[in-house]
Amino acid sequence: MKSLEELQAIRDKMKAQLSNRGMAEGDDVKIVVGMATCGIAAGARATLKAITDEVEARGMTNVKIAQTGCIGICKYEPIVDVIMPGQEKVTYVHVSPERVKTIIANHVINGNVVEEYTYSHAVAKA
Amino acid sequence: MKQINLKINNVPVTVDEGTRILDAAKKAGFNIPTLCYMKDVCNDGSCRVCVVEVKGARSLVASCSAVVTEGMEVFTNTPKVLASRKTTIELIMSNHKKNCLSCVRSNNCELQTLSQEYDCDCTAFEGQTIEYPLDESNPYLIRDNNKCILCRRCVAVCNKVQSVGVIGPNKRGFATHIGCAFEKPLSATSCVACGQCIAVCPVGALYERDDTAKVMDAIHDPDKFVIIGTAPSVRVGIGEEFGYPIGTNTEGKMVAAIKRLGCDKVFDVDMAADMTIMEEGTEFLARLQDKTAALPMITSCSPGWIRYIEFYYPELLQHLSTCKSPQGMFGSIMKTYYAEKFGIDPKNMVVVSVMPCTAKKTEILREDMSAAGVPDVDVVLTTRELARLIKAQGIDFAALPDEKFDNPIGEGSSAGLLFGASGGVMEAALRTVAETVLGKPLDKIDFKAVRGTKGIKTAVVELNGQKLNIAVASSLSNAKTLLEEIKAGKSKYHFIEIMTCPGGCVNGGGQPIVPSRVRNNVDIQTLRAKAIYDTDKKAKLRKSHENPIVKTLYADYFGKPNSHKAHDALHTSYKKKEKYGK
Amino acid sequence: MLERAHILVCGGTGCTSGNSHKIAEEFERKLKEKGLDKEVKLIMTGCFGLCARGPIVVVYPEGAFYQHVKVEDVAEIVDEHIMKGRLVDRLLNAEKEEDGSYKAINDTDFYKSQKRVVLRNCGIINPENIDEYLAYDGYLAYQKAVTEMTPQGVIDTIKKSGLRGRGGGGFSTGMKWQFAHDSVSDKKYVVCNADEGDPGAFMDRSLLEGDPHAVIEAMMIAGYAIGADQGYIYVRAEYPIAVKRLEIAIDQAREYGILGKNAMGLGHGFDIELRLGAGAFVCGEETALLQSTEGKRGEPRQRPPFPAVKGLFGKPTLINNVETYGNITQIILNGAEWFASMGTEKSKGTKVFALGGKINNTGLVEIPMGTTLRTIIEDIGGGIPHGKKFKAAQTGGPSGGCIPASLIDTPIDYDNLIAIGSMMGSGGLIVMDEDNCMVDIAKFFLEFTVDESCGKCTPCRIGNKRLYEMLDKVTKGEGTMEDLDKMEQLCHYIKENSLCGLGQTAPNPVLSTLRYFRDEYVAHVKDKRCPAGVCKALVSFKVDAEKCIGCGLCKRGCPVNAITGEIKKPHYIDPAKCIKCGACIDHCPKKAISK
Repeated sequence: MKSLEELQAIRDKMKAQLSNRGMAEGDDVKIVVGMATCGIAAGARATLKAITDEVEARGMTNVKIAQTGCIGICKYEPIVDVIMPGQEKVTYVHVSPERVKTIIANHVINGNVVEEYTYSHAVAKA
Repeated sequence: MKQINLKINNVPVTVDEGTRILDAAKKAGFNIPTLCYMKDVCNDGSCRVCVVEVKGARSLVASCSAVVTEGMEVFTNTPKVLASRKTTIELIMSNHKKNCLSCVRSNNCELQTLSQEYDCDCTAFEGQTIEYPLDESNPYLIRDNNKCILCRRCVAVCNKVQSVGVIGPNKRGFATHIGCAFEKPLSATSCVACGQCIAVCPVGALYERDDTAKVMDAIHDPDKFVIIGTAPSVRVGIGEEFGYPIGTNTEGKMVAAIKRLGCDKVFDVDMAADMTIMEEGTEFLARLQDKTAALPMITSCSPGWIRYIEFYYPELLQHLSTCKSPQGMFGSIMKTYYAEKFGIDPKNMVVVSVMPCTAKKTEILREDMSAAGVPDVDVVLTTRELARLIKAQGIDFAALPDEKFDNPIGEGSSAGLLFGASGGVMEAALRTVAETVLGKPLDKIDFKAVRGTKGIKTAVVELNGQKLNIAVASSLSNAKTLLEEIKAGKSKYHFIEIMTCPGGCVNGGGQPIVPSRVRNNVDIQTLRAKAIYDTDKKAKLRKSHENPIVKTLYADYFGKPNSHKAHDALHTSYKKKEKYGK
Repeated sequence: MLERAHILVCGGTGCTSGNSHKIAEEFERKLKEKGLDKEVKLIMTGCFGLCARGPIVVVYPEGAFYQHVKVEDVAEIVDEHIMKGRLVDRLLNAEKEEDGSYKAINDTDFYKSQKRVVLRNCGIINPENIDEYLAYDGYLAYQKAVTEMTPQGVIDTIKKSGLRGRGGGGFSTGMKWQFAHDSVSDKKYVVCNADEGDPGAFMDRSLLEGDPHAVIEAMMIAGYAIGADQGYIYVRAEYPIAVKRLEIAIDQAREYGILGKNAMGLGHGFDIELRLGAGAFVCGEETALLQSTEGKRGEPRQRPPFPAVKGLFGKPTLINNVETYGNITQIILNGAEWFASMGTEKSKGTKVFALGGKINNTGLVEIPMGTTLRTIIEDIGGGIPHGKKFKAAQTGGPSGGCIPASLIDTPIDYDNLIAIGSMMGSGGLIVMDEDNCMVDIAKFFLEFTVDESCGKCTPCRIGNKRLYEMLDKVTKGEGTMEDLDKMEQLCHYIKENSLCGLGQTAPNPVLSTLRYFRDEYVAHVKDKRCPAGVCKALVSFKVDAEKCIGCGLCKRGCPVNAITGEIKKPHYIDPAKCIKCGACIDHCPKKAISK
């Protein structure tokens, strides 16, 4: 016999788990990971895992995690796009699992783009 | 009770809440035809002959099952209603074997009557018909599904009234037909042979096995000594076959007609009923004394009931009286005492009993029913068969003088006659038992508490300070109620009378068939029973033990009731029957 | 654990018969092999609806809708899509966006015009996992009903929503609940009619397979509203997947204390038992269903008394069909106004239809009431195959009628369908093109009813049989014009006089075709001709000597050697031998054979 609270806990937990089933809606954050051969070779699998872990750990239900193919800048892999609702896409490069934590905390949660990890930053530096 | 106001064909009428439209219409003066409906038995609304228009209803309404509501406006005779009924009857006829000229029910067929009344064309619809083999598997009845119109009155009476339920609809759609489980023949089931299905059948789909030829063959055989005996109920039923009102005692004409068939003797089975009282009463008193004997004791004269307990409650068989039924005693007295006394070889004797009953046709085939080494009774005719025989022989029943049963053992007491009505055996037994116990004549010999058509009747009778609880049940569903009490160890009764058919033998499965339009409006059980009670009231000899023939039989032959010789000839035994046989 | 991708494999009956279980097993094996089983979740769901394109696999978060998937395709989906994020184009639906990308599932024509209320969870959740149902607000409606509403309040909400019975008649569900509520008794029952039997209809099956808890929760709400603590689901034994998922769902709900005494600790007890039907169509009729549930022969009985007064075991009983229950939780959660905002004036909400017959997208669709037949057939259904002409649509199964092409713009709701001689029925929608003979169609449906009649009342047992025999005469060219009139009269008689809904509606296919396609009947009777070339007795196959090139293919294709002729000379079909199978037409390269 489950109490009402226990049932609600199951609902919340499952809601988070099922959050990426169904289509992204207007107020969802979309995180897209490059998962082509180049990305995977550069460690995108670990990056993706880190993103899903972090999203789950924080109990975020409005994040849709997707994957995409090669966009042609293979040397910057792993590449991750973060699209906040109503905002321009921000492309992060060389996203290691450590960088994931920072990006989610600063950008996704607090709305502050982590400039130093972005593609534009990397290009400008180069 | 709450009253409901409605209009039938614009005629205002007020009836009790819960009344069916059919009955409300009757009260307003309009008859509605029915086919599947039978009061207290069947109201499935399946045939659709009784449809009426109800203002506001989406379609036509079956008046046999629809109940009145306040302000209802019903129309029973609109062109649409009449055309619908006509189509229904014509459709039924399109799937009915129409060999009406040679049908046993011609002129007493409800479909035929309706067809004539609604000016039907029996060829209006033509198409496939399914040919069914007859079920002739048993000695008492024949089912001809080629004539069956699926009104299901037989199914309802078997299930609801008798709690037997060995028949029901098989298959579905156009292939629907009435049959037994797994399409077994009736003989392979626990059918009790009561024949109530025949009594409620509106057409010729069910009828008794006709044994009249056997009787005429015996009569025409110079080597055979043919004795015909008639059961109590036959005389109050057979008149209906010759146009007499329901509930007319035509004993005199019946006896005269049977004599004109050419048999050697005509005796009254009422006499054997008196013997049954002597034996059964004595057995009961003995059981009351014996602390180890099974009580309540239950009567054993109704063979459908005997089959029922053997099939369904074999663990209670010890409660049955060991007495043979009056038919059994009649046959054995003929083939032992009478044969000896008049020097007739029992082998050349043909005992024919005329019974209101189809189950009697199976009773004569039981083991332990041949006191003289040959069957006690050779042929059983139902009341209907006797009437058929009389008609076939060109005997003008109504014109005959009243005649008396033959001597020397023709006479029965009116206590024996009471056997025909539910409660009659109990009343006859009480008259004898009470006087035996008290040792003096009773002041009042009418036991009205056990009369009437109520399914279960109970009474307390005080005899020398001992209170006897008695119960009387008719129909097997009512019997079941009492048996369940016994089984649960909660029965308070000492003596129980059980009759298979509702109301007792007067309403037996072998009695003249009364169409539903009559049965739905008159109580045939009461009317036929009244003829018995009226005769009893006027009778001079009203107690079995006072019947001089009974006295002679004991003095000359059996010694005393329950003697060794009486046991050999007049008692029998029972055994468990398996519900599904071959 | 949050998975980055969810692979949904359709576990509906259609896709299961297309081996979707094998596909799921292959996915499982492949994911494990690639070490992806921890980050990708594999789920068997209920029906997606587009059964014509099954087996179906949907991969989220992209919403990639893969169709006609075979076991061999699994490796490619895993390697390309899951590993590398590249969609497998050849398996996707063919519809593209303007920019050339493939449309996501919900944007395709098939889904775009639909409104999925009842089927909201079908194809989304794993029906064998109560937790997934809970994630989509499962059992919140029951909680809301019991904690925030009175029984009468629940009934008022259902009444106000305008929900009508989805099983056929379209009676107000709220009123039905009210009657059952108002009956006074020590015991009441809630029954779910899951004896879906119309030819071609599988709405209820899909809902039970895809979202069994939605039905269970609705029955619990009904139990609370009318004061019942016991429910029965009468489901066809021919629906093994539905039965299995219901059993699992009931077990899981009991385990969670959702079903049982003192459900969810809210003070109202409710439990459910399954009853399996043995396949008699008539048991979909509510009184017959109750008889059968009691263990008796499934036969309808006279109403009144209605089940709400005297139903199962003689007690007041609420009986609704699966789809009706499918709406309940959403009405409670979203309110009566929300529900009433969908549909037409007198038919609120949505209706699920099983699209079948001569249509491209056979499958299951849920549309708002009032959607036109044209939208269903042309947009959602993708039109008629092989460029043939739409002739008629049959709704309501054997109880319904045929809607002619001239009425294709009729908004579909209860009352419009009745007005044009058909009915909503349970939701079968069979599309017919120019090759269908309407007399033959009427005969087909009537034959079904004749077979399925319980045999209790005269009009249905004998009347329908005789009607069928007359119809048969017509299709053999033996009918007369008097027969047509007699048939029409008999139809009206059967409708007026039959005991139950089965008989009362059985003549509808005949009546509606007589009404809209009388000329076809007349052609059969007067010209001894079947215009659609369907009725075999009236069709003769002929070779057009002008067109025949004498190739001999027809001769070789004929199964009964009815064709003779020399090479390069016109051939001849012997009508005495011809069995009218049509094989020669299929073989002829020059379209030289006609009927």
